[in-house]
Amino acid sequence: MARVPDKRTTEDDVVAELRDGMTIGIGGWGSRRKPMSLVRAMLRSSVKDLTIVSYGGPDVGLLCAAGHVRKVVSGFVSLDSIPLDAHFRVARQAGAIEAHELDEGMFLLGLQAAAWRVPFLPTRAGLGSDIPRLMPNIKTVQSPYPGPDGGPGEELVAVPALDLDVSLIHMNRADRGGNGQFLGSDPFMDDWFALAATKTYLSCEQIVPTEDFPKYGSFHTQRISRLHVDGVIEAPRGAHFTECLPDYGRDEKFQRDYSLAAATPEAWEEFKQRWLEHESEKGYQHALQDRAADTESEAGR
Amino acid sequence: MTVADAAGAGAVTRAEFCVVAMAECFRGDGEMLCNPIGTISMIGGRLARETFEPDLVMTDGFATFTQSTLPPGTNPYSSRDGRLHLDEVVEAWNPYSQMFTTLWNGKRHVVMGGSQIDKYGNQNFACIGDYNKPKAQLLGFRGAPGNTINHVTSYWIPNHSPKVFVEKVDVVCGVGYDRARELGPVASRFHEIRRVVSNLGTFDFDTPDNRMRVRTTHPGVSLDEIVEATGFELAIPDDVPDSRLPTAEELHLIREVIDPDNLRSTEVKG
Repeated sequence: MARVPDKRTTEDDVVAELRDGMTIGIGGWGSRRKPMSLVRAMLRSSVKDLTIVSYGGPDVGLLCAAGHVRKVVSGFVSLDSIPLDAHFRVARQAGAIEAHELDEGMFLLGLQAAAWRVPFLPTRAGLGSDIPRLMPNIKTVQSPYPGPDGGPGEELVAVPALDLDVSLIHMNRADRGGNGQFLGSDPFMDDWFALAATKTYLSCEQIVPTEDFPKYGSFHTQRISRLHVDGVIEAPRGAHFTECLPDYGRDEKFQRDYSLAAATPEAWEEFKQRWLEHESEKGYQHALQDRAADTESEAGR
Repeated sequence: MTVADAAGAGAVTRAEFCVVAMAECFRGDGEMLCNPIGTISMIGGRLARETFEPDLVMTDGFATFTQSTLPPGTNPYSSRDGRLHLDEVVEAWNPYSQMFTTLWNGKRHVVMGGSQIDKYGNQNFACIGDYNKPKAQLLGFRGAPGNTINHVTSYWIPNHSPKVFVEKVDVVCGVGYDRARELGPVASRFHEIRRVVSNLGTFDFDTPDNRMRVRTTHPGVSLDEIVEATGFELAIPDDVPDSRLPTAEELHLIREVIDPDNLRSTEVKG
């Protein structure tokens, strides 16, 4: 039987590939199944002036707060159980970043256009709204076909391709070749992120032999093909503190602490020192275990 | 403010009038995706499906169309023996990518909130102030542009005030009737803002120039109160009826089945 190629790598090796000014797609949705161990590796690096393309959650907030971002392309930046990401708000309200906000559906069409290697995809979404006014790179196009009334072709929004240099996604399971399996309720747009980028890196809770995927879910959950994946990182609890069902839920307490850290520069400094200044992902995960032990001993008192 | 209910089931709260007014938005929709976002609007949608619009399709708020009458705020997903467990009856899988296909196809009636709404039904929840350096960054455009131009939209505004009902919104996320008219009849042929429900009354756009009109006032609310709380000139017909009372069956469903934890009262007091 044929074998898959071995594409295993590490977070830090992936981040070493990133260059200032790149456009980086980040999978997941809000505070769900985000490739946070890769984001944490970016936070440890000096890469800057990034354009982040994301159905945004704490990935966007953290990268903005730490000064790695020039521009954010998003439909929203939300923590789900907390509607707004406080760090993103701070950056926006200070005028520190350029915001390129799209309708959530236009965003998907931009990824699809990039994936299919066409310059744009047409849609009615965006017509009449302020998106074309505020995002002047978004143009309209006239259909070459007659309108529904037999008149001239319809004017539609031409969503430009969201061409990505690199995409980062997180799956529940993957094999060493980069075939990925999601076990939660929704693949989000991770399949499209993988296709829209020149290079895609996939982190996962666990690397398993290809033939073991059926132990975890039906073949419908094997959504990502290695055709579109350049590197695989085994990252247990790598999506922490976002939700990664069924492996784990969202760490709501951690998320609250993260939110509160936007209140003052001192609070951010404290959060950063405690959680983001570890030498490696391992250090972060150890710190999490210590915190869990503290909580247990408090509860036992 | 409470009003004695004709069926003798006890005092009807303002929140319950709002629920019934929201349910009324879906009357006549038939087999359509009823997709209210927000607590009271969600309860209203569930109520419509339990009573006069039984064919409505509804989401679980995440990735399915569900037959279950999930109370608001319920997350039906959990992990059981390492596998995803769903505590609901699923009619169809509807992940986000599929949701856009559903809505571009048109069989959906969404209810959104809004930080600002104007007299033609333009809505904003992206930001307040200058877009490039906003005074307040809010949700973003989310799905509002695509929703409003592709299918029926209503709004649920639990905090009716001149700061929300404004002459002109700072950023147009949801498209109103003046913008739709500028686009012409072809581009706007799927555009319809059905209704606005607030904590004070219900509103529609059934006027010659599609300006917002008072449709009903919730019992206990005066027209003057509504005018006072609105930052633009509303169309006011000669006769403005009260929002209708819930039936005894509806009150039972709201209180015992759909929202037993009374989350509705956290969105609208009293």
